[in-house]
Amino acid sequence: MQLAFITSRLRVEEKQLLLALEREGVPTTRFDDGELSLALTGGAHPLLDCDLVWNRSLSFGRALYATAALEALGVPSVNSARVVETAGDKARTSMVLAAAGIPQIATRLAFTPAAAVEATEELGYPVVIKPIVGSWGRQVARVDNRNAAEALLETRAALGGWQSGIFYVQEYIAKPGRDLRVFVSDGRAIAAIARRSDHWITNTARGATVEGLRMSSELAELALAAAAAIGGNTCQVAVDLVESPRGLLVLEVNHSAEFKNSSGPTGVDIAAELARDVARRLEVIA
Amino acid sequence: MTATIPACPECEGALNLPTDLIAGELVACDDCGAELEAISLEPLTFELAPEVQEEWGE
Repeated sequence: MQLAFITSRLRVEEKQLLLALEREGVPTTRFDDGELSLALTGGAHPLLDCDLVWNRSLSFGRALYATAALEALGVPSVNSARVVETAGDKARTSMVLAAAGIPQIATRLAFTPAAAVEATEELGYPVVIKPIVGSWGRQVARVDNRNAAEALLETRAALGGWQSGIFYVQEYIAKPGRDLRVFVSDGRAIAAIARRSDHWITNTARGATVEGLRMSSELAELALAAAAAIGGNTCQVAVDLVESPRGLLVLEVNHSAEFKNSSGPTGVDIAAELARDVARRLEVIA
Repeated sequence: MTATIPACPECEGALNLPTDLIAGELVACDDCGAELEAISLEPLTFELAPEVQEEWGE
């Protein structure tokens, strides 16, 4: 029985997870994603001798392709390639959540700046324009009028890379100074936080503060439904939600969430909870 | 930790390390703020941590 633990950088989260795995007695081998070389057409690799992979890579691209490659080579991961692929792409997430009937912010997808400007007009200002791939609130822009939309979208289109030409536009929600996050592990809602900020981007990487939140049944049910849409009952994700006049709406789902600021305020040892579920899964597989 | 603590590779300042440091862990230099990665414990060696890429995040 062997767990592979893949990282790009060992953040506080990964250190806590490794210590929790040690307490669970899980035999764990660490791999640095920057040093991986996977033989897709056959060949030995220590990763292939592992029974389960826990990929905590910081890089969406590396996480997606390593997970997909290992799946193809017969080694499953805590979050499947489908989960990583869906959660790592905001547009794909919106599509999957919509198909499952999960309440969301009104969202448009367009493929030229001109069509995206029309989408902003139809949604009504202000709108929020986000890159389909990205984290920590980077390049997320609130746009208040047509002139600003045209300028931003033209600039985005010129950034290079095909993803810069996929325009993801959402209605702006005047949230009450906070958004909510629920940590879900294998079908259990284990902890909930509110992220509070004076800025409209409530991301802890941008200075938002965290408070523990009582897990209401409404919050838990919606987060579990969103997680189930992305990965059934076998995934570890953090579901971000916002309180709106229409009720709770799901914003996005994260497949490798940070939680160092969340365990203290919630009183839940999130690393221990996640490690316990991984240990359980490993026992079933091995 | 008994090993000699090396200086920060960026500014040569003294590093303040956690007692339970593990290989690969990130530490910040108190003097210059550089983010360092403990690439090995024996010998204790630090390098500048890899820079965050565009699609890195949670």
